[in-house]
Amino acid sequence: MDFIANLPPHFFRIPIALTLVISLVFINALIMVYLERKIAGHMQFRLGPMEVGWHGVLQTAIDAVKLMSKQLIVPEKAHTKLFRIAPLLAFTPAVLPFVVMPFAPKLQAVDINIGIIFILAMASLNVMAIFVAGWASNNKYGLLGSMRSVSQNIAYEIPVLFSLLSAVFVVGSFSLGDIVGYQSKIWLFMIQPIAFLIYFVSSVAETNRAPFDLPEAESELTAGFHTEYSGMAFALFFLGEYTEMFVVSSIATAVFLGGWHGFPLPFFEYSSVVWFLLKTYFLMFLMIWFRWTFPRVRFDQLLNFSWKYLIPFSLVNLLITAVVVKL
Amino acid sequence: MTFKNETESENLEKSGQHKFLLNMGPQHPSTHGVLRLVLEMDGEYVTGIDPVIGYGHRMHEKIAEVRPAQSFLPNTARMDYVCALPYNHGYVSLLEQMTGIEVPERAEYIRVITVELNRLASHLLWLGTFLLDLGAFTPILYCFDDREQILDILESVTGSRLTYSFHRVGGVYKDIDDNFIEKSRAFIKRLEKRFSVYDKLVTGNIIFRKRTEGVGIVTSDIARRYGITGPNLRGSGISYDVRKAFPYSIYSKFDFEVPVGKNGDCLDRYYVRINEMKQSLRILSQALDMIPEGDIRAKVPKKLKIPKGQSSFSVEAARGELCYYMVSDGTDVPYRLKARVPSYGNLSALAEICEGMLLADLVAVMGSFDLVIPEIDR
Repeated sequence: MDFIANLPPHFFRIPIALTLVISLVFINALIMVYLERKIAGHMQFRLGPMEVGWHGVLQTAIDAVKLMSKQLIVPEKAHTKLFRIAPLLAFTPAVLPFVVMPFAPKLQAVDINIGIIFILAMASLNVMAIFVAGWASNNKYGLLGSMRSVSQNIAYEIPVLFSLLSAVFVVGSFSLGDIVGYQSKIWLFMIQPIAFLIYFVSSVAETNRAPFDLPEAESELTAGFHTEYSGMAFALFFLGEYTEMFVVSSIATAVFLGGWHGFPLPFFEYSSVVWFLLKTYFLMFLMIWFRWTFPRVRFDQLLNFSWKYLIPFSLVNLLITAVVVKL
Repeated sequence: MTFKNETESENLEKSGQHKFLLNMGPQHPSTHGVLRLVLEMDGEYVTGIDPVIGYGHRMHEKIAEVRPAQSFLPNTARMDYVCALPYNHGYVSLLEQMTGIEVPERAEYIRVITVELNRLASHLLWLGTFLLDLGAFTPILYCFDDREQILDILESVTGSRLTYSFHRVGGVYKDIDDNFIEKSRAFIKRLEKRFSVYDKLVTGNIIFRKRTEGVGIVTSDIARRYGITGPNLRGSGISYDVRKAFPYSIYSKFDFEVPVGKNGDCLDRYYVRINEMKQSLRILSQALDMIPEGDIRAKVPKKLKIPKGQSSFSVEAARGELCYYMVSDGTDVPYRLKARVPSYGNLSALAEICEGMLLADLVAVMGSFDLVIPEIDR
């Protein structure tokens, strides 16, 4: 028994946290798909799903069951192993960032001192999955989609990094717990409005959401990198995408929008997760709004926008922040 | 004609040019209908386009040679199913021209009203699908909402919603009533207000402008060489509309303008179509005011003998100039019928316009051209 008692606390907290996180991920996907379809419906003078359950609330659950019962068809000339691994690659790294996410003062699995870097590292693994998927399916549309994905992600990860760095400069710590703690009086987006805007725009591009959904641009590449995927493999990509949305929105909430800070609630150390989720879902609502309003940008315009505007602006912003902090 | 095929694809690879063939269609979200484009790609750039048509060939012209001229009418509606009534109109007008049948004035008014309504429906559908090609999902539902009103109005008088066979030799099938006129007037008011919604949603959008401005420029030279007609031609700055240039039916009685563009890019074609919708509304409201009382159909013998000879008749369809040409040997069955459809010329120019473009621009240009493939295949 001594052995168990001597184990570091992380040994127990991380599995529990991961279990909770995975259920959160699935529930989030269920909610997000439903919300997306409902909001899109109402934006388009439609009702959205109405048939299954009250106002269609069970529609996504039924869809998930349907997808699970579908066969995964592997194309004849595809690279079978990579083709099967790719969806897992897309999904797994999307879950891991939640381990360090500060949902509430007491609701954070581990607060490692390089939290932000860990999240960024995990989030950027997603591009590899998309590339593997497009390449392995031996489909020209898939290949074009994955090629786009790589250059897009490289271009947009830089402004994401720079804008988060300027927030880190202000706080003086990479730990997400410290960053949220710093914002008890003033939220960082008031100090760093440009960084927040750049971060949010780039993160929409990084999650491959419209208007930057080039890797899966329907009208050009049919379905881009997941053209050949069916059944649960396709669902995992979908799940990965919605989880990624949740991740980038939670980072924006934690770093720029004050995390769990809000009006006091009973049992604040746990219940303040409400504020966190409210802010996160508001950002995700914005992403849905973008998708159903804007046309898609062109590939060269997308890259130009990053290299010519976002990166220089975020660099200048970073420089000014550094100078001001030093003073 | 030889198709580029797999061996050619391998040859391309061996030649070390880093090019590959991409087969776009016949099933692809943005080759509306069943068009197949064999694209020679250099990365994202399209270096060669080879359109393959004929997947929807239904032998309409051959069918016209084996049955009485009047019973071919339903087939005309199935060539361009998006805007079927001008096809009715052109065909019956040709037969009337050849047989010398006089059409009552009220019938001509009803024809013009229904044709203009159908043109509006077609342009609305184009607007939606064009923006869908650009990646905007919402406008298509707004457009379909408006288009639905037109279909309801047309259904109440023609009985069908898409493939109308409403115009008849010597007149129209059914008279319109006050209810129809009232509903059409209400619709005109509704659509006039909706243009500002489209303006806010589409025209002012920076991404839309960047995607269309200066993209897919059709010079007036290209337009003339390939026989491009309709809004695509007018987008290039050439003011040619059959309704104005060779007024047929009663179009000379209406006061309307022919909108033209300047540069011939996608944005100009968009503006031309939007303004054309406004002009159609003008024609509609004038026609609804001016419509006289009277017969809707002249007396036409059941077996319509077409005098020996040949003749042609042009109308302005939603996509451009539609011309029917008929040769008759004096019986009631035409010897030969040829339809000159606008989309064919428009599609032919695509290869020259789009060479060296990005794939996304090709999709945008194709969307702005408003192609209906079944009318090419016939």
